[in-house]
Amino acid sequence: MPRLSFRRRSNAFREARDFYLFVLPWFLGFLAFTVGPIASSVFLSLTKYNIIRPASWVGLQNYQELFADPLFGVSLYNTLYYVVFAVPLSVAVALLLALFLNQRLRGISIYRTLFYVPSIVPAVASIVLWVWILQPQFGLINSGLRFLGIQGPLWLGSPEWSKPSMVLMHAWSSGGAMIIFLAGLQGVPEHLYEAAAIDGANWWARFWNVTVPMLTPTIFFVLVLGIINSFQVFTAAFIMTGGGPVDSTLFYVLYLYRHGFTFLNMGYAAAMAWILFIIILGFTLVQFALARRWVYYEGGR
Amino acid sequence: MAQRVVQSRLASVLATRLATQRRNPWLKVLAIAGSHVVLVLCSIVFAIPFLWLVSTSVKPLRQVFDWPPVWIPNPIVWQNYPDVFDYAPFHLYLVNTLIIAVANIVGPLLSCSLAAYGFARLRAPGRDVIFFVLISTMMVPGIVTLVPLYILFSKLDWINTFYPLTVPVLLGSPFTIFLLRQFFLTIPIELEEAAIIDGSSRLGLWWRILMPLCKPALATVCVFGFLHAWNDFTGPLIYLNDQSKYTLSLGLQVFQRAEGSQWGLLMAASTMVTFPVIVVFFLAQRQFIQGITLTGIKG
Repeated sequence: MPRLSFRRRSNAFREARDFYLFVLPWFLGFLAFTVGPIASSVFLSLTKYNIIRPASWVGLQNYQELFADPLFGVSLYNTLYYVVFAVPLSVAVALLLALFLNQRLRGISIYRTLFYVPSIVPAVASIVLWVWILQPQFGLINSGLRFLGIQGPLWLGSPEWSKPSMVLMHAWSSGGAMIIFLAGLQGVPEHLYEAAAIDGANWWARFWNVTVPMLTPTIFFVLVLGIINSFQVFTAAFIMTGGGPVDSTLFYVLYLYRHGFTFLNMGYAAAMAWILFIIILGFTLVQFALARRWVYYEGGR
Repeated sequence: MAQRVVQSRLASVLATRLATQRRNPWLKVLAIAGSHVVLVLCSIVFAIPFLWLVSTSVKPLRQVFDWPPVWIPNPIVWQNYPDVFDYAPFHLYLVNTLIIAVANIVGPLLSCSLAAYGFARLRAPGRDVIFFVLISTMMVPGIVTLVPLYILFSKLDWINTFYPLTVPVLLGSPFTIFLLRQFFLTIPIELEEAAIIDGSSRLGLWWRILMPLCKPALATVCVFGFLHAWNDFTGPLIYLNDQSKYTLSLGLQVFQRAEGSQWGLLMAASTMVTFPVIVVFFLAQRQFIQGITLTGIKG
Protein backbone atom coordinates (compact mmCIF):
# COMPACT_ATOMS: atom_id res chain seq x y z
CA MET A 1 0.00 0.00 0.00
CA PRO A 2 2.64 2.61 0.88
CA ARG A 3 4.26 1.94 -2.47
CA LEU A 4 1.00 2.64 -4.27
CA SER A 5 0.41 5.92 -2.48
CA PHE A 6 3.98 6.94 -3.18
CA ARG A 7 3.44 6.21 -6.87
CA ARG A 8 0.22 8.16 -6.84
CA ARG A 9 1.90 11.16 -5.35
CA SER A 10 4.68 11.05 -7.86
CA ASN A 11 2.11 10.75 -10.64
CA ALA A 12 0.27 13.79 -9.36
CA PHE A 13 3.57 15.59 -9.09
CA ARG A 14 4.47 14.71 -12.67
CA GLU A 15 1.05 15.72 -13.90
CA ALA A 16 1.37 19.11 -12.25
CA ARG A 17 4.89 19.55 -13.56
CA ASP A 18 3.71 18.77 -17.09
CA PHE A 19 0.87 21.23 -16.73
CA TYR A 20 3.22 24.04 -15.72
CA LEU A 21 5.58 23.15 -18.57
CA PHE A 22 2.77 23.13 -21.13
CA VAL A 23 1.37 26.51 -20.15
CA LEU A 24 4.80 28.05 -19.67
CA PRO A 25 5.23 29.57 -23.17
CA TRP A 26 1.87 31.30 -22.95
CA PHE A 27 2.55 32.36 -19.38
CA LEU A 28 5.88 33.96 -20.26
CA GLY A 29 4.26 35.85 -23.13
CA PHE A 30 1.42 36.79 -20.84
CA LEU A 31 3.80 38.28 -18.27
CA ALA A 32 5.89 40.11 -20.85
CA PHE A 33 3.22 41.33 -23.27
CA THR A 34 0.10 41.67 -21.13
CA VAL A 35 0.78 41.99 -17.39
CA GLY A 36 3.90 44.11 -17.79
CA PRO A 37 2.34 46.57 -20.25
CA ILE A 38 -0.87 46.91 -18.23
CA ALA A 39 1.06 47.62 -15.06
CA SER A 40 3.43 50.05 -16.72
CA SER A 41 0.51 51.72 -18.46
CA VAL A 42 -0.87 52.84 -15.09
CA PHE A 43 2.51 54.30 -14.19
CA LEU A 44 2.95 55.79 -17.66
CA SER A 45 -0.35 57.64 -17.46
CA LEU A 46 1.05 59.53 -14.44
CA THR A 47 4.14 60.73 -16.28
CA LYS A 48 5.28 62.80 -19.22
CA TYR A 49 7.22 60.54 -21.56
CA ASN A 50 8.35 60.80 -25.17
CA ILE A 51 10.74 57.79 -25.47
CA ILE A 52 13.77 60.05 -26.03
CA ARG A 53 13.92 61.70 -22.62
CA PRO A 54 13.39 59.82 -19.35
CA ALA A 55 9.87 59.88 -17.94
CA SER A 56 9.03 62.64 -15.49
CA TRP A 57 6.41 62.16 -12.82
CA VAL A 58 3.45 64.52 -13.11
CA GLY A 59 0.80 62.81 -11.00
CA LEU A 60 -2.72 63.29 -12.26
CA GLN A 61 -1.78 66.16 -14.57
CA ASN A 62 -2.48 64.15 -17.77
CA TYR A 63 -5.98 63.42 -16.60
CA GLN A 64 -6.56 67.05 -15.63
CA GLU A 65 -5.32 68.22 -19.03
CA LEU A 66 -7.55 65.68 -20.74
CA PHE A 67 -10.69 67.00 -19.15
CA ALA A 68 -9.73 70.52 -20.21
CA ASP A 69 -8.82 69.42 -23.76
CA PRO A 70 -11.61 70.42 -26.20
CA LEU A 71 -10.55 67.75 -28.72
CA PHE A 72 -10.95 65.09 -26.04
CA GLY A 73 -14.63 66.02 -25.82
CA VAL A 74 -14.96 66.22 -29.60
CA SER A 75 -13.40 62.79 -30.11
CA LEU A 76 -15.56 61.30 -27.38
CA TYR A 77 -18.68 62.79 -28.96
CA ASN A 78 -17.71 61.46 -32.41
CA THR A 79 -17.10 58.01 -31.01
CA LEU A 80 -20.38 57.95 -29.10
CA TYR A 81 -22.19 59.09 -32.25
CA TYR A 82 -20.57 56.25 -34.14
CA VAL A 83 -21.41 53.66 -31.47
CA VAL A 84 -25.01 54.87 -31.15
CA PHE A 85 -25.72 54.64 -34.88
CA ALA A 86 -23.34 51.98 -36.20
CA VAL A 87 -24.04 49.27 -33.63
CA PRO A 88 -27.88 49.20 -33.81
CA LEU A 89 -27.85 49.60 -37.60
CA SER A 90 -25.42 46.76 -38.19
CA VAL A 91 -27.20 44.54 -35.65
CA ALA A 92 -30.49 45.21 -37.44
CA VAL A 93 -28.98 44.53 -40.87
CA ALA A 94 -27.33 41.35 -39.62
CA LEU A 95 -30.53 40.13 -37.99
CA LEU A 96 -32.66 40.84 -41.05
CA LEU A 97 -30.23 39.08 -43.36
CA ALA A 98 -30.05 36.12 -41.01
CA LEU A 99 -33.85 35.88 -40.89
CA PHE A 100 -34.01 35.79 -44.67
CA LEU A 101 -31.23 33.23 -44.84
CA ASN A 102 -32.88 31.00 -42.27
CA GLN A 103 -35.19 29.38 -44.81
CA ARG A 104 -35.09 26.26 -46.88
CA LEU A 105 -34.41 27.83 -50.23
CA ARG A 106 -32.28 26.91 -53.17
CA GLY A 107 -28.96 28.75 -53.37
CA ILE A 108 -29.01 29.87 -49.76
CA SER A 109 -25.28 29.20 -49.34
CA ILE A 110 -24.49 31.50 -52.27
CA TYR A 111 -26.42 34.33 -50.65
CA ARG A 112 -24.79 33.60 -47.34
CA THR A 113 -21.34 33.82 -48.91
CA LEU A 114 -22.15 37.08 -50.68
CA PHE A 115 -23.36 38.72 -47.48
CA TYR A 116 -20.45 37.44 -45.46
CA VAL A 117 -17.49 38.19 -47.72
CA PRO A 118 -17.45 41.99 -47.12
CA SER A 119 -16.69 41.36 -43.47
CA ILE A 120 -13.58 39.24 -44.09
CA VAL A 121 -11.79 41.15 -46.83
CA PRO A 122 -8.91 43.30 -45.56
CA ALA A 123 -10.23 46.50 -44.01
CA VAL A 124 -7.82 48.55 -46.08
CA ALA A 125 -9.15 47.08 -49.33
CA SER A 126 -12.79 47.68 -48.46
CA ILE A 127 -11.94 51.21 -47.33
CA VAL A 128 -10.23 51.90 -50.67
CA LEU A 129 -13.38 50.64 -52.33
CA TRP A 130 -15.63 52.87 -50.25
CA VAL A 131 -13.52 55.92 -50.91
CA TRP A 132 -14.55 55.47 -54.53
CA ILE A 133 -18.16 54.54 -53.82
CA LEU A 134 -18.54 57.73 -51.79
CA GLN A 135 -16.57 59.95 -54.17
CA PRO A 136 -18.77 63.08 -54.57
CA GLN A 137 -18.39 63.69 -58.33
CA PHE A 138 -18.25 60.29 -59.97
CA GLY A 139 -18.66 57.80 -57.10
CA LEU A 140 -21.20 55.01 -57.38
CA ILE A 141 -23.74 56.48 -54.94
CA ASN A 142 -23.73 60.07 -56.15
CA SER A 143 -23.72 59.09 -59.83
CA GLY A 144 -26.72 56.93 -59.12
CA LEU A 145 -28.45 59.75 -57.24
CA ARG A 146 -27.71 62.20 -60.06
CA PHE A 147 -29.24 59.70 -62.45
CA LEU A 148 -32.41 60.03 -60.38
CA GLY A 149 -32.10 63.81 -60.39
CA ILE A 150 -30.86 64.14 -56.80
CA GLN A 151 -27.77 66.09 -55.85
CA GLY A 152 -25.90 63.82 -53.40
CA PRO A 153 -23.94 65.14 -50.42
CA LEU A 154 -20.15 65.40 -50.25
CA TRP A 155 -20.08 62.34 -47.99
CA LEU A 156 -16.57 62.08 -46.52
CA GLY A 157 -15.88 65.68 -47.51
CA SER A 158 -18.68 67.13 -45.43
CA PRO A 159 -18.69 67.41 -41.63
CA GLU A 160 -22.38 66.46 -41.52
CA TRP A 161 -22.08 63.35 -43.68
CA SER A 162 -18.64 61.99 -42.80
CA LYS A 163 -19.79 60.00 -39.78
CA PRO A 164 -22.94 58.64 -41.48
CA SER A 165 -20.67 57.53 -44.35
CA MET A 166 -18.65 55.41 -41.95
CA VAL A 167 -21.78 54.07 -40.28
CA LEU A 168 -23.02 52.98 -43.70
CA MET A 169 -19.73 51.29 -44.45
CA HIS A 170 -19.84 49.50 -41.14
CA ALA A 171 -23.33 48.15 -41.92
CA TRP A 172 -22.03 46.77 -45.20
CA SER A 173 -19.59 44.56 -43.33
CA SER A 174 -21.89 43.14 -40.66
CA GLY A 175 -21.65 39.61 -42.06
CA GLY A 176 -19.88 38.26 -38.98
CA ALA A 177 -22.82 39.13 -36.74
CA MET A 178 -25.14 37.69 -39.39
CA ILE A 179 -23.47 34.29 -39.11
CA ILE A 180 -23.80 34.38 -35.33
CA PHE A 181 -27.51 35.19 -35.65
CA LEU A 182 -27.93 32.43 -38.18
CA ALA A 183 -26.45 29.95 -35.74
CA GLY A 184 -28.75 31.31 -33.05
CA LEU A 185 -31.77 30.94 -35.30
CA GLN A 186 -30.90 27.39 -36.15
CA GLY A 187 -30.66 26.65 -32.46
CA VAL A 188 -34.33 27.51 -31.85
CA PRO A 189 -36.02 24.14 -31.33
CA GLU A 190 -38.55 23.23 -34.00
CA HIS A 191 -41.10 21.98 -31.45
CA LEU A 192 -41.64 25.51 -30.16
CA TYR A 193 -42.75 26.65 -33.62
CA GLU A 194 -44.97 23.61 -33.95
CA ALA A 195 -46.56 24.25 -30.59
CA ALA A 196 -47.16 27.87 -31.55
CA ALA A 197 -48.69 26.82 -34.87
CA ILE A 198 -51.05 24.46 -33.07
CA ASP A 199 -52.11 27.32 -30.85
CA GLY A 200 -53.00 29.18 -34.00
CA ALA A 201 -50.14 31.69 -33.95
CA ASN A 202 -49.59 33.46 -37.25
CA TRP A 203 -46.21 34.32 -38.75
CA TRP A 204 -45.78 37.52 -36.76
CA ALA A 205 -46.87 35.99 -33.46
CA ARG A 206 -44.43 33.13 -33.94
CA PHE A 207 -41.63 35.56 -34.74
CA TRP A 208 -42.39 37.84 -31.81
CA ASN A 209 -43.16 35.19 -29.20
CA VAL A 210 -40.78 32.40 -30.18
CA THR A 211 -37.94 33.63 -32.38
CA VAL A 212 -37.22 36.91 -30.61
CA PRO A 213 -37.17 35.59 -27.03
CA MET A 214 -35.07 32.60 -28.03
CA LEU A 215 -32.67 34.90 -29.85
CA THR A 216 -32.21 37.47 -27.08
CA PRO A 217 -29.03 35.84 -25.69
CA THR A 218 -27.48 36.04 -29.17
CA ILE A 219 -28.60 39.64 -29.64
CA PHE A 220 -27.10 40.47 -26.27
CA PHE A 221 -23.80 38.82 -27.16
CA VAL A 222 -23.59 40.62 -30.51
CA LEU A 223 -24.47 43.96 -28.91
CA VAL A 224 -21.84 43.67 -26.20
CA LEU A 225 -19.09 42.73 -28.66
CA GLY A 226 -20.26 45.33 -31.18
CA ILE A 227 -20.13 48.14 -28.64
CA ILE A 228 -16.69 47.14 -27.39
CA ASN A 229 -15.35 47.07 -30.95
CA SER A 230 -17.07 50.24 -32.13
CA PHE A 231 -15.62 52.26 -29.29
CA GLN A 232 -12.22 51.37 -30.71
CA VAL A 233 -13.01 52.42 -34.30
CA PHE A 234 -9.81 53.63 -35.92
CA THR A 235 -8.78 52.28 -39.31
CA ALA A 236 -11.58 53.73 -41.46
CA ALA A 237 -11.07 57.27 -40.16
CA PHE A 238 -7.29 56.99 -40.21
CA ILE A 239 -7.24 56.03 -43.89
CA MET A 240 -10.24 57.85 -45.33
CA THR A 241 -10.28 61.21 -43.59
CA GLY A 242 -7.41 61.43 -41.13
CA GLY A 243 -9.99 62.76 -38.65
CA GLY A 244 -11.38 65.55 -40.86
CA PRO A 245 -13.20 67.46 -42.14
CA VAL A 246 -13.13 69.86 -39.18
CA ASP A 247 -12.46 66.99 -36.77
CA SER A 248 -15.83 65.42 -37.58
CA THR A 249 -14.30 61.93 -37.76
CA LEU A 250 -11.69 62.41 -35.08
CA PHE A 251 -12.57 59.24 -33.18
CA TYR A 252 -11.20 58.55 -29.74
CA VAL A 253 -8.59 55.98 -30.72
CA LEU A 254 -7.49 58.11 -33.66
CA TYR A 255 -6.89 60.99 -31.27
CA LEU A 256 -5.08 58.64 -28.93
CA TYR A 257 -2.92 57.44 -31.81
CA ARG A 258 -2.04 61.04 -32.66
CA HIS A 259 -0.86 61.72 -29.14
CA GLY A 260 0.94 58.42 -28.75
CA PHE A 261 2.63 58.08 -32.11
CA THR A 262 2.60 61.47 -33.84
CA PHE A 263 3.27 63.86 -30.96
CA LEU A 264 4.98 61.15 -28.83
CA ASN A 265 2.86 62.24 -25.87
CA MET A 266 2.97 58.73 -24.47
CA GLY A 267 1.83 59.50 -20.94
CA TYR A 268 -1.14 61.42 -22.26
CA ALA A 269 -2.04 58.58 -24.62
CA ALA A 270 -1.85 56.05 -21.79
CA ALA A 271 -4.20 58.18 -19.70
CA MET A 272 -6.58 58.34 -22.66
CA ALA A 273 -6.48 54.55 -23.00
CA TRP A 274 -7.44 54.09 -19.34
CA ILE A 275 -10.36 56.47 -19.65
CA LEU A 276 -11.61 54.60 -22.72
CA PHE A 277 -11.21 51.33 -20.87
CA ILE A 278 -13.34 52.64 -17.99
CA ILE A 279 -15.99 53.89 -20.42
CA ILE A 280 -16.13 50.54 -22.22
CA LEU A 281 -16.22 48.69 -18.93
CA GLY A 282 -19.05 50.94 -17.74
CA PHE A 283 -21.09 50.35 -20.88
CA THR A 284 -20.55 46.61 -20.63
CA LEU A 285 -21.57 46.47 -16.98
CA VAL A 286 -24.71 48.53 -17.68
CA GLN A 287 -25.59 46.14 -20.48
CA PHE A 288 -25.20 43.17 -18.19
CA ALA A 289 -27.39 44.86 -15.61
CA LEU A 290 -30.07 45.69 -18.19
CA ALA A 291 -29.85 42.20 -19.67
CA ARG A 292 -31.82 40.80 -16.75
CA ARG A 293 -34.84 42.66 -18.03
CA TRP A 294 -34.85 41.53 -21.63
CA VAL A 295 -32.56 38.57 -22.20
CA TYR A 296 -34.33 35.25 -21.95
CA TYR A 297 -32.31 32.21 -20.92
CA GLU A 298 -34.00 28.91 -21.49
CA GLY A 299 -33.97 26.81 -18.35
CA GLY A 300 -34.41 29.90 -16.23
CA ARG A 301 -31.91 30.97 -13.63
CA MET B 1 -58.00 10.13 -20.02
CA ALA B 2 -54.38 10.68 -20.99
CA GLN B 3 -54.98 8.75 -24.16
CA ARG B 4 -57.86 10.99 -25.12
CA VAL B 5 -55.77 14.09 -24.57
CA VAL B 6 -53.08 12.64 -26.82
CA GLN B 7 -55.66 11.76 -29.41
CA SER B 8 -57.21 15.19 -29.46
CA ARG B 9 -53.75 16.72 -29.56
CA LEU B 10 -52.89 14.55 -32.55
CA ALA B 11 -56.12 15.48 -34.24
CA SER B 12 -55.38 19.17 -33.82
CA VAL B 13 -51.86 18.70 -35.18
CA LEU B 14 -53.29 16.97 -38.22
CA ALA B 15 -55.90 19.66 -38.60
CA THR B 16 -53.34 22.47 -38.58
CA ARG B 17 -51.12 20.52 -40.96
CA LEU B 18 -54.03 20.12 -43.33
CA ALA B 19 -55.08 23.71 -42.93
CA THR B 20 -51.62 25.04 -43.70
CA GLN B 21 -51.31 22.68 -46.64
CA ARG B 22 -54.64 23.73 -48.02
CA ARG B 23 -53.74 27.35 -47.64
CA ASN B 24 -50.29 26.82 -49.02
CA PRO B 25 -49.74 26.22 -52.74
CA TRP B 26 -49.94 29.76 -54.11
CA LEU B 27 -48.99 31.48 -50.94
CA LYS B 28 -45.95 29.31 -50.61
CA VAL B 29 -44.79 29.98 -54.16
CA LEU B 30 -45.33 33.66 -53.57
CA ALA B 31 -43.37 33.57 -50.30
CA ILE B 32 -40.46 31.75 -51.93
CA ALA B 33 -40.41 34.10 -54.89
CA GLY B 34 -40.58 37.11 -52.55
CA SER B 35 -37.68 35.79 -50.46
CA HIS B 36 -35.59 35.29 -53.57
CA VAL B 37 -36.33 38.81 -54.78
CA VAL B 38 -35.26 40.30 -51.47
CA LEU B 39 -32.16 38.10 -51.27
CA VAL B 40 -31.12 38.92 -54.82
CA LEU B 41 -31.54 42.65 -54.19
CA CYS B 42 -29.43 42.40 -51.04
CA SER B 43 -26.83 40.35 -52.90
CA ILE B 44 -26.55 43.09 -55.50
CA VAL B 45 -25.94 45.69 -52.80
CA PHE B 46 -23.27 43.52 -51.21
CA ALA B 47 -21.60 42.38 -54.41
CA ILE B 48 -21.60 45.55 -56.52
CA PRO B 49 -18.51 47.04 -54.89
CA PHE B 50 -16.57 43.86 -55.67
CA LEU B 51 -17.80 43.69 -59.25
CA TRP B 52 -16.80 47.27 -59.70
CA LEU B 53 -13.42 46.62 -58.07
CA VAL B 54 -12.53 43.85 -60.49
CA SER B 55 -13.96 45.56 -63.53
CA THR B 56 -12.16 48.85 -62.85
CA SER B 57 -8.88 47.02 -62.44
CA VAL B 58 -9.08 45.87 -66.08
CA LYS B 59 -10.68 48.99 -67.54
CA PRO B 60 -9.16 51.38 -70.07
CA LEU B 61 -8.70 54.74 -68.35
CA ARG B 62 -11.41 56.56 -70.32
CA GLN B 63 -14.12 54.13 -69.17
CA VAL B 64 -13.38 54.44 -65.45
CA PHE B 65 -15.77 57.35 -64.86
CA ASP B 66 -18.54 56.35 -67.28
CA TRP B 67 -22.13 56.32 -66.11
CA PRO B 68 -23.91 53.99 -66.11
CA PRO B 69 -20.80 52.05 -65.11
CA VAL B 70 -19.23 49.79 -67.70
CA TRP B 71 -19.30 46.41 -65.98
CA ILE B 72 -17.52 44.46 -68.69
CA PRO B 73 -14.81 46.70 -70.07
CA ASN B 74 -14.10 46.75 -73.76
CA PRO B 75 -11.28 46.06 -74.40
CA ILE B 76 -10.14 44.28 -71.25
CA VAL B 77 -6.80 45.78 -70.20
CA TRP B 78 -4.57 43.66 -67.98
CA GLN B 79 -1.74 46.19 -67.97
CA ASN B 80 -2.63 47.56 -64.52
CA TYR B 81 -1.55 44.35 -62.84
CA PRO B 82 2.10 44.30 -63.97
CA ASP B 83 2.20 48.09 -63.61
CA VAL B 84 1.38 47.90 -59.90
CA PHE B 85 4.76 46.25 -59.32
CA ASP B 86 6.53 49.18 -60.97
CA TYR B 87 5.02 51.53 -58.43
CA ALA B 88 5.37 49.46 -55.27
CA PRO B 89 7.07 46.15 -54.34
CA PHE B 90 3.91 44.15 -53.72
CA HIS B 91 5.84 40.89 -54.10
CA LEU B 92 7.91 41.92 -51.08
CA TYR B 93 4.77 42.82 -49.15
CA LEU B 94 3.41 39.38 -49.95
CA VAL B 95 6.53 37.62 -48.62
CA ASN B 96 6.45 39.74 -45.44
CA THR B 97 2.76 39.01 -44.90
CA LEU B 98 3.35 35.29 -45.36
CA ILE B 99 6.19 35.29 -42.81
CA ILE B 100 3.88 36.87 -40.25
CA ALA B 101 1.07 34.51 -41.26
CA VAL B 102 3.27 31.48 -40.56
CA ALA B 103 3.78 32.68 -37.00
CA ASN B 104 0.04 33.22 -36.66
CA ILE B 105 -0.57 29.65 -37.75
CA VAL B 106 2.27 27.85 -35.96
CA GLY B 107 1.63 29.64 -32.65
CA PRO B 108 -1.91 28.35 -32.24
CA LEU B 109 -0.97 24.89 -33.52
CA LEU B 110 1.84 24.35 -31.02
CA SER B 111 1.92 26.56 -27.96
CA CYS B 112 -1.81 27.31 -27.78
CA SER B 113 -2.89 23.73 -28.20
CA LEU B 114 -0.28 22.50 -25.71
CA ALA B 115 -1.49 24.99 -23.13
CA ALA B 116 -5.11 24.15 -23.98
CA TYR B 117 -4.32 20.48 -23.43
CA GLY B 118 -2.92 21.33 -20.02
CA PHE B 119 -6.00 23.29 -19.06
CA ALA B 120 -8.36 20.63 -20.38
CA ARG B 121 -6.73 17.49 -19.03
CA LEU B 122 -4.02 17.95 -16.44
CA ARG B 123 -4.62 18.59 -12.76
CA ALA B 124 -2.29 20.94 -10.96
CA PRO B 125 -2.52 23.26 -7.99
CA GLY B 126 -3.58 26.74 -9.14
CA ARG B 127 -4.80 25.59 -12.53
CA ASP B 128 -8.26 27.09 -12.20
CA VAL B 129 -6.91 30.36 -10.89
CA ILE B 130 -4.53 30.60 -13.85
CA PHE B 131 -7.39 29.81 -16.21
CA PHE B 132 -9.51 32.52 -14.65
CA VAL B 133 -6.67 35.00 -15.13
CA LEU B 134 -6.37 33.91 -18.76
CA ILE B 135 -10.06 34.52 -19.38
CA SER B 136 -10.06 37.88 -17.68
CA THR B 137 -7.19 39.14 -19.84
CA MET B 138 -9.35 38.47 -22.89
CA MET B 139 -11.56 41.32 -21.76
CA VAL B 140 -8.90 44.01 -21.56
CA PRO B 141 -9.16 46.04 -24.79
CA GLY B 142 -5.98 46.09 -26.86
CA ILE B 143 -5.85 49.84 -26.64
CA VAL B 144 -4.69 49.74 -23.00
CA THR B 145 -1.48 47.90 -23.86
CA LEU B 146 -0.85 49.68 -27.18
CA VAL B 147 1.45 52.44 -25.97
CA PRO B 148 3.39 50.50 -23.29
CA LEU B 149 3.90 47.61 -25.76
CA TYR B 150 5.34 50.05 -28.28
CA ILE B 151 7.72 51.36 -25.63
CA LEU B 152 8.69 47.82 -24.65
CA PHE B 153 9.39 46.83 -28.25
CA SER B 154 11.36 49.97 -28.89
CA LYS B 155 13.52 49.25 -25.81
CA LEU B 156 14.09 45.74 -27.17
CA ASP B 157 15.02 47.34 -30.49
CA TRP B 158 12.25 45.39 -32.18
CA ILE B 159 10.69 48.33 -34.03
CA ASN B 160 10.82 47.81 -37.77
CA THR B 161 11.23 44.06 -37.34
CA PHE B 162 8.61 41.32 -37.50
CA TYR B 163 9.16 40.32 -33.85
CA PRO B 164 6.32 42.43 -32.39
CA LEU B 165 3.94 40.80 -34.85
CA THR B 166 5.25 37.25 -34.42
CA VAL B 167 6.78 36.59 -30.99
CA PRO B 168 3.61 37.26 -28.92
CA VAL B 169 1.43 35.08 -31.16
CA LEU B 170 4.06 32.34 -31.22
CA LEU B 171 3.91 32.16 -27.44
CA GLY B 172 0.14 31.85 -27.56
CA SER B 173 -2.93 34.02 -27.30
CA PRO B 174 -5.55 33.55 -24.57
CA PHE B 175 -8.41 33.50 -27.01
CA THR B 176 -7.11 30.57 -29.02
CA ILE B 177 -6.18 28.66 -25.88
CA PHE B 178 -9.70 29.13 -24.56
CA LEU B 179 -11.21 28.01 -27.86
CA LEU B 180 -9.07 24.88 -28.15
CA ARG B 181 -9.63 23.95 -24.52
CA GLN B 182 -13.37 23.96 -25.17
CA PHE B 183 -12.81 21.64 -28.12
CA PHE B 184 -10.52 19.31 -26.18
CA LEU B 185 -13.13 18.96 -23.47
CA THR B 186 -15.57 17.51 -25.99
CA ILE B 187 -13.20 14.62 -26.82
CA PRO B 188 -13.89 11.47 -24.77
CA ILE B 189 -11.06 10.68 -22.39
CA GLU B 190 -11.25 6.88 -22.90
CA LEU B 191 -8.98 7.01 -25.95
CA GLU B 192 -6.24 8.65 -23.93
CA GLU B 193 -6.67 6.19 -21.08
CA ALA B 194 -6.20 3.36 -23.54
CA ALA B 195 -3.06 5.02 -24.86
CA ILE B 196 -1.72 5.49 -21.32
CA ILE B 197 -2.05 1.76 -20.73
CA ASP B 198 -0.08 1.24 -23.93
CA GLY B 199 2.64 3.36 -22.37
CA SER B 200 2.24 6.59 -24.27
CA SER B 201 3.90 9.68 -22.86
CA ARG B 202 1.93 12.81 -22.16
CA LEU B 203 3.36 14.61 -25.17
CA GLY B 204 2.47 11.54 -27.21
CA LEU B 205 -1.13 11.71 -25.98
CA TRP B 206 -1.36 15.31 -27.05
CA TRP B 207 0.32 14.89 -30.41
CA ARG B 208 -0.94 11.46 -31.49
CA ILE B 209 -4.42 11.27 -29.94
CA LEU B 210 -5.82 14.70 -29.24
CA MET B 211 -4.37 16.71 -32.12
CA PRO B 212 -5.60 14.39 -34.89
CA LEU B 213 -9.05 14.29 -33.30
CA CYS B 214 -9.21 18.06 -33.21
CA LYS B 215 -8.31 18.68 -36.83
CA PRO B 216 -11.50 20.66 -37.57
CA ALA B 217 -10.91 22.95 -34.60
CA LEU B 218 -7.25 23.39 -35.49
CA ALA B 219 -8.19 24.18 -39.08
CA THR B 220 -10.56 26.87 -37.84
CA VAL B 221 -7.84 28.35 -35.69
CA CYS B 222 -5.33 28.29 -38.57
CA VAL B 223 -7.75 29.98 -40.93
CA PHE B 224 -8.35 32.76 -38.44
CA GLY B 225 -4.64 33.09 -37.79
CA PHE B 226 -3.94 33.48 -41.48
CA LEU B 227 -6.76 35.95 -41.88
CA HIS B 228 -5.56 38.02 -38.96
CA ALA B 229 -2.05 38.26 -40.37
CA TRP B 230 -3.36 39.08 -43.83
CA ASN B 231 -5.87 41.75 -42.75
CA ASP B 232 -4.18 43.35 -39.75
CA PHE B 233 -3.50 47.01 -40.34
CA THR B 234 -2.87 48.65 -36.97
CA GLY B 235 -0.04 46.32 -35.92
CA PRO B 236 2.08 46.79 -39.06
CA LEU B 237 1.24 50.51 -39.08
CA ILE B 238 2.72 50.97 -35.63
CA TYR B 239 5.67 48.59 -35.74
CA LEU B 240 6.88 48.63 -39.35
CA ASN B 241 8.16 51.83 -40.87
CA ASP B 242 10.50 50.72 -43.63
CA GLN B 243 8.87 50.08 -46.99
CA SER B 244 10.77 46.82 -47.46
CA LYS B 245 9.09 45.51 -44.26
CA TYR B 246 5.50 46.44 -45.14
CA THR B 247 2.71 43.90 -45.21
CA LEU B 248 0.07 43.87 -47.94
CA SER B 249 -2.52 45.81 -45.93
CA LEU B 250 -0.06 48.51 -44.95
CA GLY B 251 1.45 48.56 -48.44
CA LEU B 252 -1.96 49.02 -49.98
CA GLN B 253 -2.73 51.94 -47.69
CA VAL B 254 0.56 53.68 -48.51
CA PHE B 255 -0.06 52.97 -52.18
CA GLN B 256 -3.51 54.54 -51.92
CA ARG B 257 -2.00 57.62 -50.32
CA ALA B 258 0.58 57.97 -53.09
CA GLU B 259 -1.25 56.82 -56.24
CA GLY B 260 -4.84 57.32 -55.08
CA SER B 261 -5.88 59.14 -58.25
CA GLN B 262 -4.84 56.25 -60.50
CA TRP B 263 -7.99 54.25 -59.97
CA GLY B 264 -7.05 51.41 -62.32
CA LEU B 265 -3.76 50.77 -60.56
CA LEU B 266 -5.28 51.12 -57.12
CA MET B 267 -8.06 48.69 -57.96
CA ALA B 268 -5.64 46.16 -59.43
CA ALA B 269 -3.63 46.31 -56.20
CA SER B 270 -6.80 46.01 -54.08
CA THR B 271 -7.97 43.06 -56.13
CA MET B 272 -4.68 41.27 -55.54
CA VAL B 273 -4.94 41.87 -51.80
CA THR B 274 -8.63 40.94 -51.60
CA PHE B 275 -8.97 37.84 -53.71
CA PRO B 276 -6.70 35.45 -51.82
CA VAL B 277 -8.95 36.02 -48.79
CA ILE B 278 -12.04 35.17 -50.81
CA VAL B 279 -10.33 32.05 -52.16
CA VAL B 280 -9.35 30.97 -48.64
CA PHE B 281 -12.93 31.56 -47.58
CA PHE B 282 -14.29 29.33 -50.33
CA LEU B 283 -11.83 26.58 -49.51
CA ALA B 284 -12.48 26.70 -45.77
CA GLN B 285 -16.10 27.81 -45.64
CA ARG B 286 -17.13 25.28 -43.07
CA GLN B 287 -14.25 26.15 -40.74
CA PHE B 288 -15.15 29.81 -41.05
CA ILE B 289 -18.77 29.32 -40.12
CA GLN B 290 -17.81 26.98 -37.30
CA GLY B 291 -15.26 29.38 -35.89
CA ILE B 292 -17.56 32.38 -36.12
CA THR B 293 -20.37 30.45 -34.53
CA LEU B 294 -18.24 29.19 -31.68
CA THR B 295 -16.42 32.34 -30.85
CA GLY B 296 -18.17 35.30 -32.32
CA ILE B 297 -14.96 36.82 -33.63
CA LYS B 298 -15.16 38.52 -36.94
CA GLY B 299 -11.82 37.49 -38.35
